[in-house]
Amino acid sequence: MESEANNILEEVTQGDYKYGFVTDIETEYAPVGLSEDTIRYISTKKNEPGFMLEFRLKAYRHWLTMVQPKWAHLNIDPINFQEIIFYAAPKKKKELTSIDEVDPELLATFNKLGISLDEQKKLAGVAGVAVDAVIDSVSVKTTFSETLSKHGIIFCSFSEAVQNHPELVKQYMGSVVPYTDNYFAALNSAVFSDGSFCFIPKGVRCPMELSTYFRINAANTGQFERTLIVAEEGAYVSYMEGCTAPQRDENQLHAAIVEIIAMKDAEVKYSTVQNWYPGDKNGLGGIYNFVTKRGICKGNNSKISWTQVETGSSITWKYPSCILLGDHSVGEFYSVAVTNNYQQADTGTKMMHLGKNTRSTIISKGISAGKSNNSYRGLVRISKNAINSRNYSQCDSLLLGAKCGAHTWPYIQVDNKSSIVEHEATTSKISEDQLFYCQQRGISAESAIGLIVNGYAKEVLKQLPMEFAMEAQKLLSISLEGSVG
Amino acid sequence: MLLQIKNLHAGIHGKEILRGVNLDVDKGEIHAIMGPNGTGKSTLASVIAGREVFDVTAGEILYKGKDLKKLSIEDRAREGIFLGFQYPVEIPGVSITNFMRTAVNEVRKFKGLDPLPGGEFLRLMEEKKRLVEITSNLTNRSVNEGFSGGEKKKNEIFQMAMLEPMLAILDETDSGLDIDALRIVANGVNKLRRPDNAFVVITHYQRLLDYIVPDFVHVLFEGRIVKSGGKELALELEEKGYDWIKKEQK
Ligand SMILES: Nc1ncnc2c1ncn2[C@@H]1O[C@H](COP(=O)(O)OP(=O)(O)OP(=O)(O)O)[C@@H](O)[C@H]1O
Ligand SMILES: [Mg+2]
Repeated sequence: MESEANNILEEVTQGDYKYGFVTDIETEYAPVGLSEDTIRYISTKKNEPGFMLEFRLKAYRHWLTMVQPKWAHLNIDPINFQEIIFYAAPKKKKELTSIDEVDPELLATFNKLGISLDEQKKLAGVAGVAVDAVIDSVSVKTTFSETLSKHGIIFCSFSEAVQNHPELVKQYMGSVVPYTDNYFAALNSAVFSDGSFCFIPKGVRCPMELSTYFRINAANTGQFERTLIVAEEGAYVSYMEGCTAPQRDENQLHAAIVEIIAMKDAEVKYSTVQNWYPGDKNGLGGIYNFVTKRGICKGNNSKISWTQVETGSSITWKYPSCILLGDHSVGEFYSVAVTNNYQQADTGTKMMHLGKNTRSTIISKGISAGKSNNSYRGLVRISKNAINSRNYSQCDSLLLGAKCGAHTWPYIQVDNKSSIVEHEATTSKISEDQLFYCQQRGISAESAIGLIVNGYAKEVLKQLPMEFAMEAQKLLSISLEGSVG
Repeated sequence: MLLQIKNLHAGIHGKEILRGVNLDVDKGEIHAIMGPNGTGKSTLASVIAGREVFDVTAGEILYKGKDLKKLSIEDRAREGIFLGFQYPVEIPGVSITNFMRTAVNEVRKFKGLDPLPGGEFLRLMEEKKRLVEITSNLTNRSVNEGFSGGEKKKNEIFQMAMLEPMLAILDETDSGLDIDALRIVANGVNKLRRPDNAFVVITHYQRLLDYIVPDFVHVLFEGRIVKSGGKELALELEEKGYDWIKKEQK
């Protein structure tokens, strides 16, 4: 009986990646490999002020003293950093002033991915989404920057921020994730190329969703993006991040840093739909996704919430975290992680309670299929001074098939007596009963699994902004889709 | 003939449950199947619906003259076979609305029809909800999750009304219903009755048959239909129990 259900699940969970195409664009590369020269090359290319080069070199020298961490439940093939290209950029013909000047190939690429870079094309009645489009190492276009600047909001590529707002970059860059933080954070700090920068001034509620769309296109290239979001006192912003990459046989490295700073009464919602190329059915190729994401609730009553839907990458190593420094601050982490075939994910969060009356919520839904491995790793630490704090964690695993693995590593450390930490965990399977019930109503096995998986992930999906929720739902079904015989 | 079952043998893990079932159901008819616990009533329903955990070892099932063996579970459903479950399954996080929209549209696609536009679908839902007297908020809840026994059964009839099957098999839809709910469920069936469709109701209680008047009553015993008759057979069973049938078989 179980094996019947497993057979169906096996057939259904062998789908294809739909974003695996390559765009033929003229690209400019840094010399292969990593050295101080590579870093100088990147910094020169970007015409950076001296403090940036200094930061990069310090990070690089520190990185040289570090070794790749081994504690995650992951099998990682050794990475040869001398074989990676650390900077690749579509060749620019001239400075862009309007959408018409963006390379049509690039526009077509983003259209194919369902991302509109045309500000005119926004839907009637919808507030619209401002997009920063990053391909390989550079941002090619940021939409709605002007509209946003009327509110005093800065939304631009990181490179532009370095040029136009160096004082802000200097003040906040590395303040949440220092370059000494971990191996991949140090690497990113040395070679990062582009990403987004958002600054929401005091008292401003950002009138539209901000989003960055990351696309890896060039071969043998690493993508090292860096995003910095600052919400001043009483500000609010909802930010979304999406990613895809072409289908290739070799692994590609993506090591990003995201830093969020929320001042008093500010709120930042950060949503990710991560769909990097996951590798093929036999585990060949795919993106190594090693990401450090962290936010600090600096002021009282501030709030940071992370929502992630992780369906891609051959390896995911990622723990979006919150430092709850301000009193009454709130941290949230909502996650759906899908692994299929030979994908591996070790993901979770850290909630560091430092302020009084701080609260955190963790909802993690792992879905494993094929021969994949899916781990939740989380740390909840409530310091001595964080009195009357609370955490609620719920970690659920859904297994599709008998050859996949699900693991949960919750670490809890509470250093005062007035705080309460609750942890719940479940593991379940899609039962033959459920499939039969759906099929008896005329629903194919494939759609049935899509329905059941989406139902299972609903608590997390409903946290996503509308514009993203539909895409995420489809993606969940597609990631597990294939041909039913 | 809508459904013809000939000498059907079926079982699970090598254990035979159905041992030569013969049954003919024609359009416009209502059949009742009764019989002691564990004699294979639900198994028969599941096998007609194509549940793969059961092995058909001999005999055949013809539906509209075609051998069902080659049809998948979902294609049988799309061809008009509906099973009202004895124990409806919970599907957490999937609203009845979403579930039914997926089902209705997959059936439509099979028939070469376009998906029902959202507004029309909601109107259809409202109409069918009235038919089974379902209050509005139930359909926003996850399929069967936290439903009372009676709500689950009403939901089965609601789904039947939405899908308008040719052959509906209702497996103990009356169990666990209070008097009012029983009347509602029976009314639902009577309103959906047409000259071109048929119902097979599996029940332990003659009471249901006061509301849904069957043309034929069959007794399934140890994997075979051992007695068939008109609705008076149900009354006789109610009065005398199954002992006399067991004795007849010995
Ligand atoms: N999945 C299964 N695995 C093993 N045995 C089963 C399975 N399903 C049914 N059976 C067995 O087959 C026999 C018939 O079961 P079935 O559910 O068809 O009976 P029923 O007539 O519907 O009974 P009831 O009136 O109690 O609903 C029982 O002995 C039951 O234990
Ligand atoms: Mg039964």
